[in-house]
Amino acid sequence: MPQRYVVAKVDEIPAGGSKAVTVAHREIAIFNLDGAYFALLNRCPHEGGPLCKGRRTSLVQSKRPGTYDVSRPGEMLRCPWHGWEFDIRTGRSYCDPDKVRARAFDVTIEPGQRLVEGPYTAETYPVLLDENYLVVEM
Amino acid sequence: MSDRISESTTATPGVVDCDIHPTVSTMSELNPYLTDRWKLHMREYGSNFRAAFASAMVYPRYNRDGGSRMDARPPSGAPAGADLPFMRQQHLDPNRVDYGVLQPLRPNGIGIRNQAFGESLTAAVNEWQIGNWLGMEGRLKGSLMLTREDPAAALREIDRHGGNPDFVQMSVLPHGLEPLGRQRYWPIFEAAEALGKPLGVHVGGVSGMAPTSAGWCSFYVEEHHSKCEAMQSLVTSMVIEGVFERFPKLRVVLIEGGFVWVPSLCWRLDKHWQHLKSEVPHLKRPPSEYVREHFWYTSQPIEEPEDPRHMLDAMDWVGWDKILFSTDYPHWDFDDPKFAFARLRLTPEQHRMLFRDNAMNLYGLR
Repeated sequence: MPQRYVVAKVDEIPAGGSKAVTVAHREIAIFNLDGAYFALLNRCPHEGGPLCKGRRTSLVQSKRPGTYDVSRPGEMLRCPWHGWEFDIRTGRSYCDPDKVRARAFDVTIEPGQRLVEGPYTAETYPVLLDENYLVVEM
Repeated sequence: MSDRISESTTATPGVVDCDIHPTVSTMSELNPYLTDRWKLHMREYGSNFRAAFASAMVYPRYNRDGGSRMDARPPSGAPAGADLPFMRQQHLDPNRVDYGVLQPLRPNGIGIRNQAFGESLTAAVNEWQIGNWLGMEGRLKGSLMLTREDPAAALREIDRHGGNPDFVQMSVLPHGLEPLGRQRYWPIFEAAEALGKPLGVHVGGVSGMAPTSAGWCSFYVEEHHSKCEAMQSLVTSMVIEGVFERFPKLRVVLIEGGFVWVPSLCWRLDKHWQHLKSEVPHLKRPPSEYVREHFWYTSQPIEEPEDPRHMLDAMDWVGWDKILFSTDYPHWDFDDPKFAFARLRLTPEQHRMLFRDNAMNLYGLR
């Protein structure tokens, strides 16, 4: 049965920013893509590099040698160790999207009022009624 | 060695990492080791690679930290690899490195054309290794950097520090003006053999010519591969020139050059040698035998066949006693000891050889 964990206040992670949090003994990297939030296990599926320290880049595609298309600025994450790239929205890798994926979790924004009513695990995170919070389900 | 490490070794032994890259916070860190003349030269002219573009790599590295792990920059803001306490905290302690062999690549003086400056900068880098690393951390061992294109200066450097037990190997770069087996380089081999210390050859160097034998390539990914090509050329050169007939106790460590290519190179050389023996009558044995006896290989990065059994075959052919674990810390293609070779399901004995015993034996560590 998946549990829901309060991991951060919404305004703690600015657009384009990220934060590593520990939830149920696992390190999770939370990303803000222009107000939409995504969570990946902070552990590259290749050799375990800390994904939240990676550089954010764009999706670069090519239809034929010499022509290149750049899209989705800031939505690809490059592992700080070996440079494997992952789609922040899905965790799928650039090199082998079907087989190699960073584990992704759902993130929702919840007002403090509802969190206090439960049934969420706030762990030690203090919740105020009039703030908005990021909640990870895992 | 710190108490913490001696404690952990009593449980299960840690690893020996045969490739760690220290660097300076700023070039002024070398000032205590340079005379006024060369400090002035550094300040007014700078030091440069023998390359097309001063102070630049010929090919771009893929990240802004000059090829380092993005998370390896210390909190002090110094470059990755410039901060010993952070190296202990990020690498030596958690990865249980009992010994790490340093390879200072930047800065170094070993490729500088100005011979007097090259000798002085090389000497400064070696003394900086002693003063800032080897003397501060017993787990770290040094590579005595040598000016390959100026063997007389290299011999003077070996006279100064070759006997220091903290330097466990002599070090030259594979790309040079001529293939490494040529006789102009033999004085260095003679000295290394006499000292009983291996010659470490870490990928890199700038020959002034195209990095591949097919010409100048376009992409970093191509240039990255050319490192293996250079290693193949130098193995061939050293064997065919007769280096190991003349220096039968010389041991050579190829660092960062991979090794799965070694068997096919040997098969081909043996085949050619059978027909062309009379051109090189100084060779008494098939080329593969010299390779098997005289070369060691570090593990990072390696070619990784899709089927792990093929990797095991290659390791059988190369020799399990010849493969040395390395991380390349703090560079971007770092291998974590928990993951390196993980797909192969090594036996405990194989694991111990690769991660520890082979290097302990080669470098005479205890």
